[in-house]
Order: sequence, then C-alpha cells, then structure tokens
Amino acid sequence: MQQTRYLIGGSSHAAIEAVAAIRAADPDGEVVLVTADSRLPYSPTILPYVVKGWTTPERTALRDEAWLAANKVTFLRQSPIAAVDVAERRVRLQDGQVVGYEKLLLATGARPALPPIPGLDTVPFHVLRTVDDALGLKDAIAKAKRAVVLGAGLVGLHAAETMVKSGLAVTVVEMQPHVLPGYFDDQAATMIETAFTGNGVALRLGCRAASVQRQDAGFTLTLASGEECPGDLLLIAAGVRPVVDFLAGSGVEIDQGVLVDPHMRTSVPGIWAAGDVTQPYHFFDGRRAMAGILPNAVEQGRIAGADMCGDAGVKPFPGAVSLNTFGYFGNHAISVGALEVADARIETRGDADKYLRLVVKDSRLCGISAINHEVDAGVMWQLILRRIDLSKVEDEFFKRPLEVARTVMSRTWR
Amino acid sequence: MGTAFSSIVFDSDKCNGCGDCMTACAEVKGGKARLSIVASPDQASYELAMCRQCGQPKCAMNCPAGALAKSDEDGVVRWAADRCVGCLLCTVGCAYAGIVHDVPAKAMAKCDRCDGAPACIPACKTGALQFNHAAELYNRVGELEDLFAPGLSACQGCNSELLIRHTLRHVGPETVLATPPGCIAGMGAVGYNGQTGTKIPVFHPLLTNTASMLTGIRRTYLRRGRDVTALALAGDGGVVDVGFQSLSGAAERGEQLLFICVDNEGYMNTGMQRSGSTSYGSWTSTTPVGEKMGGKSRDSKNMPLLMMMHRCEYVATASLGFMDDYYAKLDKAIAAAKKGMAYLHVHAPCPTGWRFPSAVTIETCRKSVETNFVMLWEYEPESGLRFTRPIDDPLPVEAYLKMFGKYRHLSKEQIEHIRRSIDDQAKQLKMHARAAIEAKEGVSP
Repeated sequence: MQQTRYLIGGSSHAAIEAVAAIRAADPDGEVVLVTADSRLPYSPTILPYVVKGWTTPERTALRDEAWLAANKVTFLRQSPIAAVDVAERRVRLQDGQVVGYEKLLLATGARPALPPIPGLDTVPFHVLRTVDDALGLKDAIAKAKRAVVLGAGLVGLHAAETMVKSGLAVTVVEMQPHVLPGYFDDQAATMIETAFTGNGVALRLGCRAASVQRQDAGFTLTLASGEECPGDLLLIAAGVRPVVDFLAGSGVEIDQGVLVDPHMRTSVPGIWAAGDVTQPYHFFDGRRAMAGILPNAVEQGRIAGADMCGDAGVKPFPGAVSLNTFGYFGNHAISVGALEVADARIETRGDADKYLRLVVKDSRLCGISAINHEVDAGVMWQLILRRIDLSKVEDEFFKRPLEVARTVMSRTWR
Repeated sequence: MGTAFSSIVFDSDKCNGCGDCMTACAEVKGGKARLSIVASPDQASYELAMCRQCGQPKCAMNCPAGALAKSDEDGVVRWAADRCVGCLLCTVGCAYAGIVHDVPAKAMAKCDRCDGAPACIPACKTGALQFNHAAELYNRVGELEDLFAPGLSACQGCNSELLIRHTLRHVGPETVLATPPGCIAGMGAVGYNGQTGTKIPVFHPLLTNTASMLTGIRRTYLRRGRDVTALALAGDGGVVDVGFQSLSGAAERGEQLLFICVDNEGYMNTGMQRSGSTSYGSWTSTTPVGEKMGGKSRDSKNMPLLMMMHRCEYVATASLGFMDDYYAKLDKAIAAAKKGMAYLHVHAPCPTGWRFPSAVTIETCRKSVETNFVMLWEYEPESGLRFTRPIDDPLPVEAYLKMFGKYRHLSKEQIEHIRRSIDDQAKQLKMHARAAIEAKEGVSP
C-alpha cells in the first residue's frame, strides 16, 4: 500500500493551490494528486473557450510536468477516489489501488447536474465539464443545424453564442426569469438578454422543460407551456453537482456539498475540502451555501493547503462572495458581491451599451456590477472583504468608483 | 527559497500628478498606459495603480487559461497573449488594479517592466517612481549564514533586528560580539538559560566598558595569531552617554574595533528615558510634555562628528532606509577595523518609544534622510568627510516629524528650532566636506 503525508483528490484550481500552499511550508512531505481526468491540470472555466476555438486543449494546462516534478507531486491520472476509509486513513482508487494518507483534501469538484426531465435518458445530449466534453461539443456544433440549450448560466450562454455564430438556430431554456441567475441584477441581465436575442438566440426564460423525446435524427424538447423545441444538438447546462458519491458512508458531513469550516476542515479529522465540492460559509450572511466559482476555489485551496501542513500564517476563509465576469458578443460584464440588498444605497446608470450599478450599505460596499465599464474587480472584492469604511468618500465613490477605489487601495493596502 | 527581484516603488508624497509616467508607458507600449495615477477624492494626494509583480500572484491563480505566471528570471508576472481568452478573471484576483482592461480596445495589458528598463522611471521628474534594486543585495546576503538565533524578541516593527542580522551575516563568523545593556542585548542577542543568542561568541559588558573589554579581546586574539573582528552592537546610551569615556579612549588609542551605535534616541528598553542622543522636542518618560515642559529642551550630541574629531580610521552615519548605502559603509568599516577604530552610527527609529505604527519603520527611516534630519556621510582620515547622499534638496522636516507620537505636541517655535538646528548641522558638515574637496584639489581654504 502506498502511504503519503498529503493526498489530494482532484487536479484543478483548489488542488494546485493547495499543493503550492503545502510546499510553502513543507518542502518535503509526500504529495499525491489523484484525478479522474487523463490530462494535466486544467480549469473547467476554460472549456467554453475551447468550444469557441479561442484556445486548444494543448494550451490550457494550468501546470506542466516540470511543475509537478519541481513540487515533488506524484500525479495519478484516471485514478479517482472510489471510497474513503476514515478510520484507517486510506482511500481506494477506482483501479483498486489503496493509498494511505495522513491528511486528505477533497478537491474533486463538480459534475454537470442532469435535471429530471422525462425522456432525457432516451436522447443523445452534451454537457461541458471536461476537455473531452468540449471537443465533443465543438465537433457537434460543426455538424448541427438546430440547438437547444438547457440553462442560461455561464456555460449555456457561452455555448449559445458560439452556436449562433456558427450558423445554428439556437433556443436557450431557463427556469429563472433572467439569464445568469444569481450573478447579475435584473437590469444587467436584461441588457445581456437583449444582446443575445439581437444576435438571433431565442430565449425562453421562466420556462421549464416538461419532456424530451427522439424525433427523426434529433429530438423535440417540450416546454411546460406546451411549446415544442425541435433540434439536433442538445446541451444540458443546468448547473453542477459536487462529486461526493465516493464519500457515501464515510462519515464526512454533506448537505448539498461537503460542509467545511473557515479552515476548510470537514467534519472528519484529517480530511479537508476545497473548491466546487464544498458548501462553504458565505461572507454576507454566514449561511452555508454552494459557491462554485473559480476565485473561491483558489482561496479555499490555499487555505486548506496551509492548514493541512500547519502553516502558522493561515488565515480563515472570510466567506464566499459572488464574483463573475462574462464576455459576450464583444461586450463585457462583471459582477462582484451582493447586488440586491435591503436598506442599501443603490445607484444605477447607463445607456444601451454601458451599465453600472453600485450597492453600498452603512458606507460599506456590498456589490458592484458593470457592463462595458472598467472595474477593478479584485479591488472591489477587497473593499467588501475588508469592510472598508467609505463614509468620507462615499459621494465621490458613486461618481468615480474606479478612481476612488484605487486611491483607497493605494492608501490602505498597497 | 525565493529570489528577490528589483521592483518599481512609488512615493505618493513626491507625486505631483503630472501623468508623464502614464504618457511614457502608453507611448512605449501602445494603447492604454499600464499604470495609472489617480487623485484622491480630497485632492490631497496622488496614488498609484500598477502591477506589483506579486510573489504569489493571484491574477495567475485566478487565470483559467494558464496565461499568467511569475518569471523565475526577473520576477515579472508575464502574460501570454496566445493563451489569454480575455475572460477578465485575472482582474478579480488582483487587489492592486494591476491588470489594465482597455474597454474600447477590448484588450488586456499589464506592466512587464519593459524588460528591465521601465519607461515610466526616467519620465518621472519628481522621483515619485523609482526602480529599486535592493533585491540584488538581499539575494547576495541571503546566501550567507544568519549568525543570530531565530526568534529574537524585539518589539514588533523594530529595525534593530533587521540591522543586526544583516550586519552579523556580513561581518561573518570570525567575530566576537559585545552587546552592552540595551535593546539588542535585551531582545535575546546575549541569550537565555546558558545559551547564547548568536552562533558566535557573544558577551555582555557593562554599559561603561564595552570598548575596553573589546580592546582586550582584540589584542588577546592578535597575540594568539588570530584575526578576529571585535564588534560592538551598542545603543546610544552605551555610546553617547555612559560608554563614552571608554569608547573615546579606545578611539584615541586607535584600537582595532568595529563599533556600531544603534541610535534609537534614548534608553528605550528600560522605559524610554532620554539620552544624550535624544532629539530636541522629543517626548520621553524623563522629558514629559505638560504645562511647563514640551519634551526635551536640549539638542542631541552629534556623536559621529565627535568620533570624526578622534580621527578614527572610519566614521559613517547610516539609515536602514538606504541599505545599499549601509552595506557600502559596512564594507569599508570592516576593512578599517583591521587598522584602527571604525565607527558606524545607525539611526534607528523605535516604534514603541517614538510611537508610530510598526508597519512604517522603514518609511520613517527614508523620511529621516529625505528631510535631512539624518544626513548620510562618511569620513576617512585621508580623504575627509564626504556626503554619500546629497543633502541639497530636503523635504520639509514636518514630513518626518508628523510620523511620530513623540513629536505630536511640538509648537511652531519648536519645529522652527529643529529646522534651524538641521540647517546648522548641514552647514557644519558642508564646511567639512568642502574642506575635504579643497584639500584633495590642492586649493587652500
């Protein structure tokens, strides 16, 4: 049986940041990285761009073999964890190999959620979570004529844009009343919707898929309203679910995702979790909810790694904050923080092409969203996390958020 | 672990908002400038947004395309255009507004320091932007063994620890160290429980006899054929006041000592009493501020000038805000101490006793020199006194005084007094410097 000090399940952002954090304080402890994928570490976030053809799988690796070697990482591909024995501190990998660990990090990420639509198991469909998915989808787009996308999140909208630009007829079906639910406020979302419909994408918002069945060479998706959407390419982009099935019976506490404390410790001693697999605390209200976005995975991975190796400098997770960027049809949207806050000072301005929304409560920034405005998202994120008192500059901040935020940054944490 | 790299540093106090740096950047790089100078909302200062070339760059961590990475060669966080997909997640990671998003051009850009010759630096006429190469020095010193034990218990923000660790690394292991009573001994340099705080022989003389005891040690080793550096790390109390007699005697006799005075202007580890080196107007526990008194009523002794008058082999002043300068002087002092007395007077602002935040110690050092409160010079008997940093264009002394709680009470008259005594000192030093130049050029004064 192989024995290691650190065992990490997963190979994306949370996992590699954990490795970096471990190596900062423990140069020699064995690190074994096990992953389901067959490739070098990459980010699921890059995949829509692979589908677009803006980059290729060969160019998307986050780290190369040299980095793995320099950090003394044993990297086992196509070897996902199949089961965890918490009492003996060892895992069984899918190929039957058993690895004993002192400390285990669950950074296994998420996989596409499949909505319970009658007939879904009878039709071919695509998802987008791996490089293979991306290559398959890219290939399918080249051949298809009529696409239906289920879900108007980032994956669904990126794909819809690619499809319509490739000459496909595209219908996007979304249960929520707006695209990018939870990431953008209604006004920004409406602008984004206008761009999509203006470019020929049919949006069916507030609509539920009732059933799907085979039809000739393709399928017909029937909405709850009775409308029929026929197509030859179906993309399911209805969110993700954490990969936790291998934890069944392990005792690791799971709600929607693996529950973690601010040091990314799970309910079981010796086991940490980070990234999309977790259900962490949120910054504003302290509730534990899913927060499957890249910047949170990075922070969580760093904290988990530092805590695992006993780095005295570890700082607890301040809580997840919603952060997103979205480029579409040459436009760019950014959102940071909470955009609907009771009793807050909220100002919006913009025209057909530009939009800016600022949310400030008790002179503390809660959130900002912007379309085609330069916004230093990272500076705004820090203003929120540090609960910076803006009372002396508040009016000016509403007038010139970019410049005022930069001066606050330069004076406070430069 | 880790190589240090040269970096672009910004001093907001010197920036006049002219924007020439941005123009120069935009011209060289094309498109939008990769740094931006912004006026604060109260228009009181100008601030900088620019890539810090972080050691652990969060832009790179947040990049899903692997398009950003810190170079091992020059420390620049490099951006690979052929990998970038323009998703802007790097801007989410960056807390310094270092990634430029050119919205109209739909392009990303960041500072690459122009491959080692940043165009913004020569464009800055006020010196607000500087390309600092102190890292090269740290890389060199980092290779040397730290001869102090880890975990000295200095106050938070104390630069004496920085000073003594650098100094002892550089002086090297063939050394016997004397640390008389004071902060340096008190922070554990001498040791506890029968173990020394150093990896070389160290001893704890009295405040009065440091130079005498070191004299004996140096002479004894010489007699036994060993060239051991006799080093003193003493506070200003042990030099300027209590230890003056033995030091003056040793200097007069030409004893071969490397004597370093760490001047924090008072007896700081015993309760912040005033010393002969405490500056005029300072609050200390024995020069309180009240209805009658306004801090210290007398000027400080100019100890390095006094040592110069002893015709030591080498005398210099130093500040840890200027490490390159300190190292150059330390080299000369080490060499001089093989022939006679080498005396270094290092001004050492004290966060605890002078009351300032522990994070700004080095900034207080810089300001002390930039306002001429501390003037950097060196003296050798042959060549005389020479300024190692020009003193002709100082900042107003208030820029220095306002950093400290110990000066908070100062009246206009007291500040005027300080300004006058700085001017007097400058005049006096310039006189010596001029005499040295005239002697060198054969011009009779």
